[in-house]
Formats: sequence, structure tokens, C-alpha cells
Amino acid sequence: MANLNDILILLPELYLVVAACLLLLLDAFMKPEQRPLLHWLSIAVLLVGVYLVVEGQPSQAVTAFNGMFVRDGVAEVLKVFALLSTVLVFVYAKPYLMDRKLFIGEFYTLTIFAVIGIMLLVSAGSLITVYLGLEQLTLSSYALVALNRDSRLSSEAAIKYFVLGALASGMLLYGMSMVYGATGTLDLAHLHMAATQTSMPNLLVFGLIFMIVGIAFKLGAAPFHMWIPDVYQGAPTAVTIFIGSAPKLAAFGMAYRLLANGLGDLAHHWQLMLACLAVLSLAIGNVVALVQTNLKRLLAYSTISHMGYLLLGLVNAGPEGYASALFYAISYALMSAAAFGVILALARAGFECEEIDDLKGLNQRSPWAAFLMMLVMFSLAGVPPMFGFFAKLLVFQAAIHAGFLWLALVGAVFAIIGLYYYLRVVKVMYFDKPVEGTEIHLQGDVSVRLVLSLNVLALLVLGLTWGPLFGWCQSVFVG
Amino acid sequence: MFNHLLSLLIWLPIVGAIPVLLAGSGRPNTARWIALVVAILTFVLSLYLLPMYNTADSAKQLVESHVWIASLGVHYSLAVDGISVALILLTTFVGILVIVGAWEVIQTNPHQYMAAMLVLEGLMIGVFCATDALLFYVFFEAMLIPMFILIGVWGGPRRVYATLKFFIYTFFGSIFMLVGLIYLYLKAGSFDLATLASLPLTMQEQTWLFFAFLIAFAVKVPMVPVHTWLPDAHVEAPTGGSVVLAAVMLKIGGYGFLRFSLPITPDASEAYAWVVIGLSLIAVVYIGYIALVQEDMKKLVAYSSVAHMGFVTLGIFIAFMLVRGAGNADAAKLGMQGAMVQMISHGFVSGAMFSCIGVLYDRLHTRQIKDYGGVINVMPWFGFFYVLFAMANSGMPGTSGFVGEFQVILASFQANPWIAFFAAFTLIISAAYTLYMVKRVLWGDITNPHVAEMKDINGREWLVLGAFAAGTLVLGIWPHPLVHLMDSSVTQLVTQLGNHKI
Repeated sequence: MANLNDILILLPELYLVVAACLLLLLDAFMKPEQRPLLHWLSIAVLLVGVYLVVEGQPSQAVTAFNGMFVRDGVAEVLKVFALLSTVLVFVYAKPYLMDRKLFIGEFYTLTIFAVIGIMLLVSAGSLITVYLGLEQLTLSSYALVALNRDSRLSSEAAIKYFVLGALASGMLLYGMSMVYGATGTLDLAHLHMAATQTSMPNLLVFGLIFMIVGIAFKLGAAPFHMWIPDVYQGAPTAVTIFIGSAPKLAAFGMAYRLLANGLGDLAHHWQLMLACLAVLSLAIGNVVALVQTNLKRLLAYSTISHMGYLLLGLVNAGPEGYASALFYAISYALMSAAAFGVILALARAGFECEEIDDLKGLNQRSPWAAFLMMLVMFSLAGVPPMFGFFAKLLVFQAAIHAGFLWLALVGAVFAIIGLYYYLRVVKVMYFDKPVEGTEIHLQGDVSVRLVLSLNVLALLVLGLTWGPLFGWCQSVFVG
Repeated sequence: MFNHLLSLLIWLPIVGAIPVLLAGSGRPNTARWIALVVAILTFVLSLYLLPMYNTADSAKQLVESHVWIASLGVHYSLAVDGISVALILLTTFVGILVIVGAWEVIQTNPHQYMAAMLVLEGLMIGVFCATDALLFYVFFEAMLIPMFILIGVWGGPRRVYATLKFFIYTFFGSIFMLVGLIYLYLKAGSFDLATLASLPLTMQEQTWLFFAFLIAFAVKVPMVPVHTWLPDAHVEAPTGGSVVLAAVMLKIGGYGFLRFSLPITPDASEAYAWVVIGLSLIAVVYIGYIALVQEDMKKLVAYSSVAHMGFVTLGIFIAFMLVRGAGNADAAKLGMQGAMVQMISHGFVSGAMFSCIGVLYDRLHTRQIKDYGGVINVMPWFGFFYVLFAMANSGMPGTSGFVGEFQVILASFQANPWIAFFAAFTLIISAAYTLYMVKRVLWGDITNPHVAEMKDINGREWLVLGAFAAGTLVLGIWPHPLVHLMDSSVTQLVTQLGNHKI
């Protein structure tokens, strides 16, 4: 039975559930003009959530509900950054939602519920909790993608996401049932021990393959990436920014829980599978992105390639590799939030700013926006001294250390190819002349501009001082 | 303050770029003046290197070292030797001249142009100071960003193609170096260049690393056959961009060979020295012939840069044949010294040539040689400088162009007379293409009516060309201070060449 101690361990999650329900209630009794209050309250709720996560963090990893839920350093890092990146999402999304009459309470509550899913997922101590957290996250995401229900593109994206997501969940469950069959346990810690003693190793590997399919789908790694471009493009940008940031941390958390905590002893099997996924993601993501004209779609393919780099870190299958992959996930969440943040800040009623050509001559219209976007693009491309470079450096190092020199070289080659499309965005902003008769400026109030500038400048500052953050990532995987 | 002189030199221009940017497009003159003051301050500070640097000591000096990333053992460590000091001085000197040179020439967003130039200057100084491989790499790559913007925004009609080609080529080269550096790090547990230099490596490892470094630096120098980005970049870049590119950025390739290939992979460098020497000779002879047929002045000087940089790589790698093959350390030192002098000299001469072309371009908005003719009649002062730099470019004794080339040819003669034979071809070819250009641009009758309306250089242009001319002549007549400055460092490099790692 649950005792008080279990409740305390789960406090941040429980608090968020209660807060989200209260927000939902509040929204029902609120006049539309009072809604900005809801916006600020939601941000406050998340920030208090960060406080509860950090403050209540036990010095040792603890479990609750008979090992169903784990609260350890990895979960802490992931939760803190998932919450913080969602704060960024809320800040950037407000003007966009207001312009499109989508400024409704459901956006906030659904997003918070998705974040609760992320928090459960990254703290999972059992296959059941993994599935529970994942479904909580994805169900909220499906609804969020369809938020703009009058848009055909949006609805189509939601249906596509739902169908493919359900398929992937099915695969994952199937794989879990095989693993359960082979080992007789759902608990990840027990699974770790049982995996080496099973009398049915083939069945276990069979289950592992299906679980990897589920993980790859969540990450958006090729060849399970089909949903990414359509969902990124179809969803309202305010939702895309969420899907592109915090859930990537969740996907890393899920991969870590299942592969490292659960089936760490099968590393020699899954290392090569992940390496193949990485090569495919790098190839498809980078090459297909070259020909995109839609900015959101371009960033979608860029995500796929970035997940390839993240997998480079996971392939290492050791603390060093997990630390580098975690670092990569954090850096990607920040970069992705910044990239979509600039798009959101430039969009206004009747103008989505989602074609690359929409940015033509941005430097002459709004030099600051162009400068911010340029920094984000160079960071995504992995050009020093930006944050993104060091994240790449660390995953390369992890891959080489694990004997995957060839994989690092493949990553290097695709980094060169990928460079081209990021440079193309800079080229459009800086080298092209603005189209006559169009207007493009930073929208939104001071808070949006300030947070966006801080977010982007953080990519530069963290590029110079990433030591402490990486130290934190490393420390959670030791011992 | 002087304990952190190197940091100051790096960060002053970079931080100085912020007020320049903030001055905004509304007050272009404020931006220009701030930029000039920052550039002059940086130059004055860099002059302090001369008294502070002890030429008798071959060790790295003015060391600054702070832990940057503790968990990886990466340090923010800076230090200089004689070669770095010379190159830093060249950078800060050229830094002022490009700001002055762009004064009224750049009319669109001058504040952004000046800021990009200052950031570029700081990063280039960083490259010459860094003694940590990762720090070096960060500066080395970050440098591409301002240059990319400089060419792309203020360049000619095909600027987008040129700047993308420039960026992708260089990035292509360096990312393999990055993989090599990570490999070295995992082996040595440090990115410190001195540690890496003493790390024992098998021949196979050295070979792979050597080629990883070779790609990175060969693109930068540039060497045949990866030189094709340079003519495009030069032709499309604004004058200031071309000047910095030719005068300083290309040197970073040669400098990289000294800091990475030679100390870290000495045995592979010896084994494949013939590759580099062969490519250098091709650059000297074949690219020289290509320069001869160019119609575009900038392209001609760009190809001439490739040919002249061939002497730098030749001088560096001929030293291997001399030390290890013939045991002739004196000749090796001569070759190495020649390569270094050639780097500095080419910095002055190519910078000056591009400035001259910029002067012509500002007046007539064309770089085609056939559009000119008889310029000397209307621009006597300009003609004076142009001929002087042309002579320096063809390596006439008394100008800086002669010193380095002569030393390299002398050294290579002692390795193999045939190498010297082909290297000496440059004396004929470079004279041919340079003087042929001078003949068509300066001499003859005025055929283009627009040429007749051209005005001679103004005070600002006089200042820029005069400064370059002074550098060219001083170095040509009295190279001793420069040679002396780099002497102990060159000697030490040559000694290092003899160290086997296997």
C-alpha cells in the first residue's frame, strides 16, 4: 500500500496533477479577457514544479510504489529541463495563440498533462510505468496537435500522429510482453538481473527489437520518422515548439530506462541496432532537409538528424555515453525551443512565417531577430563556439571511445551536408533582399523578446561555459 | 593587465564589436570611429608583445592557463612563440588597414561590417595563441562565421555561391581534424598540444592523423587540388574581406601544419612529405600558369596567392627531407625560416594587391583587366604603389617577396636540385603574370573614357597603401628583426622534426 513516503517521492508529479486540474477549473469560470492570468499562473505552476523537483531531490536514488517509480539524478535533470523548456514554450506561444484565437485554457492544461507524462516516463521503474507515462504524454500531444480544429492540415497531422503513434505503442507493448515472457518480471531493476539468466534469450532479443522500434518512434529516428515532418508542419507552431523540445528529453529518458536500466546487459545487441538507426537518421534527416522550402519541415528533418547524433551517444552504452546523450538532448531542447521561438515571434495574425523565403532580408527589417536566428542556426549546425558544437563533440567522443570510429566519421560527413541547409537560412536572412510590400518584425511584448534573447544567448554562453552542465550530466550516471 | 595580454588581445576586438553594433545604422560614423579606435588599441597592445617576448628563449611565453572544462581536462590556455608573435602583429596591423580601407567604401550597414571585422580579428589572434587543441579548433571554426557574413552580405554578384563554397569547403576540411583530435584526446587524456606532441603513436595512427590534419590545413592554405574555393571567395569578397583572407586567414593553414602535423605526426609527415612537396610545386608552377591567363584582376591575385603559399608548404616540408634525409639541420632551418618570412611577406603583398584592386574597383566598378589601360596617366601615385607591390609580388630583391622565396629555394636546392629548379620557376612565372597585368592596367593609352575621369588616390587610400608599402620595403631591405624574432622558435621546431615517435 502507498504510504506517506511514497507520496512525498511523487510530490512534484502529484502537485502538477492537482495544479493542472485547478487550472482547468479556473479556466471554466474565467472570462476570456482574464485569460492572461491563466498564462502567468501556468508558468508559475511549472516554476514551482522545478522547485519541488530540485528541493525534494533525495541524495540517493529512491523508489516508490514497490519500485514502479524511481527518483534519481537522471530523472531530476530530465524533469528540470523538461519543465524549463515548457516554460519557454508557454512564453513564446502566447502572442501566437492570441493572434489565432487559440488562446484557450486547454492548451495550458493539456501541455501540463503532457509534462506530467514526461515526468512519469523518465522516472519509470517498471515497464508498466514506461507505458503509462508514454501514453499520458502522447495522448495529450495528439489533442494538442489538433488544437486548431478548423485547420485541415492540423487535423490531418493529428490523425496521422495518432495512427502511427498507436501503431508504435502497439509495437512497444508487444515487445514488452515478449520481454515479460522471457524474464517473468516487469520491474526494470529485476529485469536487469533476469535478462542474463533467462532460458529464452532469443525471445528476449525478439522483444528488445520491438521495444527499440517504440523508442525510435518516440525519438523520431529513421526509419520510424514518418510522422515528424507532417506533425511539425501541420501542428500550430505553438504546439510544434512543445513537441520539438521537452518530449525529446522524454524519449531519451525512455531509451535510458528501457535499454540501460532494463536491458543493459544486452548492450552488445542493441548497440548495433542503434548504430543502424543513427546512420539512417543522419542520412535521411540531413539529405531530405536539403530540399525543403518550409521552415517547420526543415526543422523537422533537422530533428531527425539530431536524433541520429543523440543515438551516437547512446551507442556507447556506458555512463560517459549516457551523459553525452543526455547533454545532447538538453542542448537540442534548448536549440529547438529557440528556433521555433524565433518563428513564433516573427509570426503574426495571417502570417505564419513558415516558409524559408518569408525570412528574406530579415537582417534589414529586424537585425536582432536575424542575429538570434543566425546564432540558433549555427548552433544547430554545430559550429563552434555555439552550444550545439560541444554537444556534437561529446557524442562523437562517446562513439569513438566505444570503438565506433566509423560511426563518428559518418556523423562528421553528414554534419557537412547538414551545414548547407542551416547556412541557407542564414543566407536568406542576410544576403537576400527583402520582398517589397511585406512586413516582418518581432512581435510580442517585452517578456517574449527578453526570454527569447536570453534563450538564444544562453546557447552562446553555454558554448563557452558548458563545463558545469556537463559535470551535472556526468554525475548522475556515476555509481 | 599585462599578465593577461593575450586574452586582452583576443577579447578586446570581440567585445569592442558590441558597441560598434549598438551604434547602429543610424550613426554610421560613430560605428566607424569606435571600430577604428578598437583596432588601433589592439594594435598598440600587440606591440607590447615585442618587449615582453624574450627572443632568446625558445619556450612558449606569456602563458595563461585556466581550467575551462574540468571534467574533460580542457584548458583555456594561451601562449606565444616567435612565430605567433609575428603573425599576431601582422593580424593587428592588417586589422587597422581594413577598417580604414572600408571607411566610405562600405555604405550598407557599415556597423555590421566593422563589427564582423573586429570579431574576425579577435578570433584570428585566438588561433595564433591557443595551445589547447580544442580551444584552437573553436577559434579556427568560429572564424568562418564572420567571414561568411562578410563575403555574403557585402560581396559581388556571385557572393552567395562563393561564400557557401568557402564555408562548406573549410568546414569539410576541419571536421575530420576534429575526429582526429578526439581520437588523440582519448589516447592522451588531454587536448594540450605539448602533451599531444609527446604522445607516442604508431605509424598507422600517425598516417590517418596526418591526412586528417592535411585535409583541414590544405583547404585553408589552400593547396592544389582543394584551392578552388579561393578564387571564388576572393573575387566575390569585398576588398576588406579579400585582404584579411589573403593576408591572415591563409596563414592559419601554414601555421596549423607547424602546430599539428609536425609535432604530432612527425614520422607520417616525413613519409608523406613528398605529397606535400609535390602539391606545392604544382601550385607554384601550374597555378602560376593559370594566373597568367586570368582576365579578372582579383582572380589573378588569388591564383598568385595559391602559388605563393606553395612556397610556405614547400619550405615547411622540405625541412623534413633535409633533417631526416640529409641530416642538414642548417638548411632545414633556412627552409623553415623562409616559409615563415614568406607567410608574413605574403600577408603584406597580397593585402596590398587586393587593396590596390579595391581602389580601382571603387572608381570603375569593374575588375576586368581589359576595362583599364593607361591608368598611370590619371593616377600617378596609385601607379607608384601598384608597381611597387607588383615587383614585390614577383619577388624582386629589396622587397619582402624576395627574402622568403630565396631562402626556400636555397634550402630546397640542398635537398634536391630538381625541387629547387621547379620552385625557382616562380621567379619567371610570377614576374610574367604580375607584370603582364601591370602592363595592361597601368601602361598604354587610355582606351576607356571612364578611365580618363578617374581621380588619384585620396589621403585615406594613401595611408593604407603607404602602410603596406612600408611593411613590404622594411621587410625586404632589413628582414633581420623578423628573422631574429622567430629564430629560437624555428630552431626548436627543426629540432622537434628530428624526434621519432615510433
